[in-house]
Amino acid sequence: MKMRLLVLTFLWCSSYLFAQDYFPKNDGVKSKNNNYTAFTNAKIYVTPSQIIENGTLLIQNGKVVQAGKTVSIPKNAVTIDVSGKSIYPSFIDVYSDFGIEKPKRPSRRGRTAEYEPSREGFYWNDHIMPETNSISAFKYDSKKAKGLLEAGFGVVNSHLQDGIARGTGVLIALNTEGTDANRVLDDRSAQYFSFERSVIKNQSYPTSLMGTTALLRQMYSDMNWYAQGKSDTKDRSLEALIANKNLVQIFEGKDRGNDLLADQIGDANGIQYAIVAGGDEYENMAEIKATGAKYILPLNFPDAFDVSNPYQAGYVSLEDMRNWNQAPLNPKMMSDNGISFSFTMHDSKSAAKFKENLMKAITYGLSKTKALEALTTVPAAILGKSSKIGTLQAGSYANFLITSGDVFEKSTTLYENWVQGNKTIVNDINVKDIRGDYSLYTDGATFKISISGEISKPKVEIKQDTLKLTSKISYANDWLDLSFSTDEGDKVYRMTGLVTESDELSGRLILPNGKESFFKADKLKGFEEKEKDEKDKKAPKIMPITYPNIGYGYTSIPQQETTLFKNATVWTGEEAGVLKNTDVLVKNGKITKIGTNLNAGSAKVVDATGKHLTAGIIDEHTHIALLDVNEAGQNSSAEVTMEDVVNIEDMNIYRNLAGGVTSGQLLHGSANPIGGRSAIIKLKWGESAKNMIYDNSPKFIKFALGENVKQSNWGSFSRFPQTRMGVEQVYMNYFQRGKEYDALKKSGKPYRYDQEMEVIAEILNGERFISCHSYVQSEINMLMKVADKFNFKINTFTHILEGYKVADKMKEHGVGASTFSDWWAYKYEVNDAIPYNAAIMHSQGITVAINSDDREMSRRLNQEAGKIVKYGGVSEEEAWKMVTINPAKLLHLDDRTGSIKVGKDADLVLWSDHPLSMYAKSEKTMVDGAVYFDLEKDKLQREAIARERNELINMMLQEKESGKPTRKPMKKDKEEFHCDSL
Amino acid sequence: MKKIIYILALVCATSLTYAQQTPAPAQTEAITIEGATAHLGNGKIIENSLLMFEGGKITFVGDAKMRIARKGTIINATGKHVYPGIIAPAKSLGLVEVDAVRASDDQDELGDMIPHIRSLIAYNAESKVVESMRPNGVLIGQIAPQGGRISGTSSIVQFDAWNWEDAAVKVDDGIHMNWPNSFKQGRWWMGEERGYKPNDKYAEELDEITSFFKNSMAYGKAAAPEMNLAFKAMAGLFDGSQKLYIYTDGEKEIIDAVTLAKANGVKEIVIVGGYQAYKITDFLKENNIAVLVNFTHNNPNFEDDDYDLPYKNPKLLFDAGILVGIQNASAANFQTRNLPFYAGQTVGQGLDKEAALQLITGNNAKILGIDADYGTLEVGKSATLFISEGDALDTRSNQLSHAYIDGRNLSLETHQTELWKRYMGKYEGQK
Repeated sequence: MKMRLLVLTFLWCSSYLFAQDYFPKNDGVKSKNNNYTAFTNAKIYVTPSQIIENGTLLIQNGKVVQAGKTVSIPKNAVTIDVSGKSIYPSFIDVYSDFGIEKPKRPSRRGRTAEYEPSREGFYWNDHIMPETNSISAFKYDSKKAKGLLEAGFGVVNSHLQDGIARGTGVLIALNTEGTDANRVLDDRSAQYFSFERSVIKNQSYPTSLMGTTALLRQMYSDMNWYAQGKSDTKDRSLEALIANKNLVQIFEGKDRGNDLLADQIGDANGIQYAIVAGGDEYENMAEIKATGAKYILPLNFPDAFDVSNPYQAGYVSLEDMRNWNQAPLNPKMMSDNGISFSFTMHDSKSAAKFKENLMKAITYGLSKTKALEALTTVPAAILGKSSKIGTLQAGSYANFLITSGDVFEKSTTLYENWVQGNKTIVNDINVKDIRGDYSLYTDGATFKISISGEISKPKVEIKQDTLKLTSKISYANDWLDLSFSTDEGDKVYRMTGLVTESDELSGRLILPNGKESFFKADKLKGFEEKEKDEKDKKAPKIMPITYPNIGYGYTSIPQQETTLFKNATVWTGEEAGVLKNTDVLVKNGKITKIGTNLNAGSAKVVDATGKHLTAGIIDEHTHIALLDVNEAGQNSSAEVTMEDVVNIEDMNIYRNLAGGVTSGQLLHGSANPIGGRSAIIKLKWGESAKNMIYDNSPKFIKFALGENVKQSNWGSFSRFPQTRMGVEQVYMNYFQRGKEYDALKKSGKPYRYDQEMEVIAEILNGERFISCHSYVQSEINMLMKVADKFNFKINTFTHILEGYKVADKMKEHGVGASTFSDWWAYKYEVNDAIPYNAAIMHSQGITVAINSDDREMSRRLNQEAGKIVKYGGVSEEEAWKMVTINPAKLLHLDDRTGSIKVGKDADLVLWSDHPLSMYAKSEKTMVDGAVYFDLEKDKLQREAIARERNELINMMLQEKESGKPTRKPMKKDKEEFHCDSL
Repeated sequence: MKKIIYILALVCATSLTYAQQTPAPAQTEAITIEGATAHLGNGKIIENSLLMFEGGKITFVGDAKMRIARKGTIINATGKHVYPGIIAPAKSLGLVEVDAVRASDDQDELGDMIPHIRSLIAYNAESKVVESMRPNGVLIGQIAPQGGRISGTSSIVQFDAWNWEDAAVKVDDGIHMNWPNSFKQGRWWMGEERGYKPNDKYAEELDEITSFFKNSMAYGKAAAPEMNLAFKAMAGLFDGSQKLYIYTDGEKEIIDAVTLAKANGVKEIVIVGGYQAYKITDFLKENNIAVLVNFTHNNPNFEDDDYDLPYKNPKLLFDAGILVGIQNASAANFQTRNLPFYAGQTVGQGLDKEAALQLITGNNAKILGIDADYGTLEVGKSATLFISEGDALDTRSNQLSHAYIDGRNLSLETHQTELWKRYMGKYEGQK
């Protein structure tokens, strides 16, 4: 009977699905199978929360007819009794590349960058490819489908994963028996975006994350402009973008910062993306939730590090150890915060690993209902296909799994995965469970056989007394083959037998001497899950998240305190000069009183006797706290903003605070004559990027001159400009165009919005200030003359190492200078750089600041100011101003910070010694009245880090001992950015 | 005649901007420095001191209250400070002028094991970068080839000379070797992850070193039919006439380096870098290993390290009784003039100022093997020293009025001071 049923099902499947009504048939007669199939006595998960015990699922023509407790089964129904089994909707993966060949990077000759697009009639940037339709690249892959079906998936949503704008995807039912006519559920299922360049295209722009975001913004603005019929030329990319506008929009974020960035881009254009998450969202739940997006979550939790070698363990940062410990918590945290998410196999090494991590997420507290939703209803909802897939409600595709029990239990067997009414057998549903302990007597000895593992893939352990023997098992098509050896492999026993209804195992036995015999093993007891599995179900201790979530992060973000610094030597940076034995009161983040014998009231009193209190140091030129520094794909990158790439997890923020730095201008690099817009931040360690960036931030842009922009020091000869003569012309061209653009815009006539020109117009209108990387006198003079021609002023020359040669001209122009104390000799254009530069410029009445452009020097800018006393004899007070109020002036922040004055932000540093001295240490660094660095707290942090590292190392050692996979210790490379980092 | 001199002086003044200062002539007359605080470079200090030198050698160091005849020119240095000349180990000063200009770069020769490559003959005594060391008190340097596994042979020079022969203080003093790393950075440009992972080839790389040492030693034991320049150049390591400078930072690497070099007959070993040397001070003491620790103005190597670990590293070694000096091998050459401030940084970490000074004078001299003549202010040693208006380890007060090498009174002018004066002159003239 069993056999007959199997054959029947098979016939029935293949008969109807190939038939398409209006297709002629020449190899037989047209026939249709309109029979029903009923699955009875099952536990049916109609939806993750609607569960029917002992129910019936009725399907016909590949769709669900009914699922319920009492279903009247039509006469022309084939009934399959699945009592004791469970039925779930098959899983859906929203983010797959199924059936689409992975794009390969073509081998390239030479290293010269390509600046021009390779296409005609499309968008100007090759990485914008919304015209791609994945359906045209799609080819059903039966082999991969098998793997997915075995993992429980019934529908996958696939697309060509290449480029920034990637075009449309295709929704596929994994119906191997069918044709694309059945399986392709939607050939324009969604539109896709990412922050990653195309691997098959070689156009150099964008080289950076901020370039990518700028490109996306410009693309959308161009789309709207094009939609209004304003373009004279044809752009098939923009046309496709317009055509795809109403599809589901999916953005691959890949880490929590990028998730937010993607959402911002969407918000600005009235689009809500579904976002492919990175797995680290748990570190910033509030902001992630605020996006309102649905998330698509890869399940690729990191393996533990192999820390058995203590020396190698030293290379692993606390951040990475914690990531191993905390990442499996991400799904639970997202669920707890009411964030809707689906799971994807994207980025999983294998289906087995995906399943293992899914179980892990549940062990870490994710509810099984939410897990099931993430595999069924949520992906269906993301795709707008809830009525067709993801549930077993009437009318849905008959996509479902039959399992031995709870699909999220390790010991559960998945028997069958039905897609569009077509069955794929994963494990034989009729296979007998032979797991358990048996006793075998043969050849004068007793052996104990223990069979465990999965029902259809059992494992065996055979013991003679307590001695474990080498053994093998194979179990297929009801036949069991067993072998084991004794006497250290000398004697091999082989057995083979048909498994019957009986509880015992029996069959042919071949003895070590080759003689054939029979065996009969009596069952002692059935199989029980071991305690080890129970242990697995307990989540390990999870380390608390800190702000930021790396070493030296705080368990809570420092808060403003009313603080009285008592009896300090106060370097006001104002006309009052240096005040001895003076008190400074801080309240609500502001300096409220300066005087002697101030009343403490309820303030926290800091005894500053013998210590020096100064304003916090401001670094006019720094590249810490950034994810990227140069957009080098074009010679102008005014469209990019560093505010897009602020990295709050940079340890240099903390180390800078320890050096008394409270504010910094995060500048774009010096790859281009016209660089990118700045992010000006306060170093609020632990806060979000948004909270670090100044409110009402003054607007700045980086310009650059000389060797870097003409690419003198690396083998690049194809980009304009290659000489200082060309640099001038870049400016003339851009400012002229900016002027014309602004005039057109102000005239009220229609114009194409251009981010770059908007920024240039801001400069011309005095709304945005230039900080220009500069070295030799000729170019410094040139840029001032260009500005004069366009009636604006250069705000700051940064580096400005030959400023001393044109100090009089700079003074006349009214430009400020932000320079190094003593750097020179590293390239040809700094041959005449002298440490007296600051002193000379200062003597000519220029506002001079000392900057770092270096994450190490930035934490010792007080000492660098000390050098200005040495080289050129500037007074100590004036030298001190060069790292505080002067950079504040250059950044137009002097009304808020940079000196100790009533009403200003309480950005303060308490020094152990004279602040310009090599011997001074910051004991407290305060930003907006909250202490972000404290020498005493730092000591405690060091101890806490050592303790936590030790604890995590022990946990990882246990993980290794328990046989779990580990990876080699690794130290992440945190790239050190300078101006010329590409 | 006067007129001619005047014109000459004028020509000199203008052309000097593009040429080095003329080296000072040999000391002809005794010099007495009186009243200064003398920092001897060996941990000792003499307030209100008396220091005399003649024929390039120090003849007296003591208290100014001593009733003893003052010889020659007397410099009243009351309120000032006198220090031994600062010594810069492991630099390529004079081997490269402008880092980014390839034509000016002579620091790194092709090849992996090239001990026969000698720095001295390429040393540019007229380098403007070298010249800029002097006004900060840095008067002597060990000039070492760069790159490869065994980079070559260094020599020690003084920073006021006509040519390299003239500059040489100790010729071919040591061989410099970059130790393999047991962790290696991924080749990101080839698509690997950027991070550092265990180096699978570490053992193999150590084996190559062992093999080179063994071959070098075997080569020296018999008359070879054909000369092998590289093997031959190693001979000094086995008889102790040259030191082996091994550049490495990790605890494991230091142990491996010392053990392997010793086992292969190397007599004198110095660790250069030594970021984690503080963790194995007992081992270093047992093996009598000196450390030229990395300069203080560095970020920590590991994210979780104390923010001030590089600041206090020299102190940790000093306190543990290791012979320790400071080098800035990994910094740009121009930075070497900041050596006094690297040492000053340790004072903020609680190291005594005289001990801090020792790190760049007495100890560096000992480690480089030139302590018989340099590094401290002691009778009989070379009069290589300087007078500062104030504390030379702090930026503001590091203001030199005089500097001497072997008693020769150096010019403290440089290309840089000349540009300063020239442009200040321009602006003052405009007023």
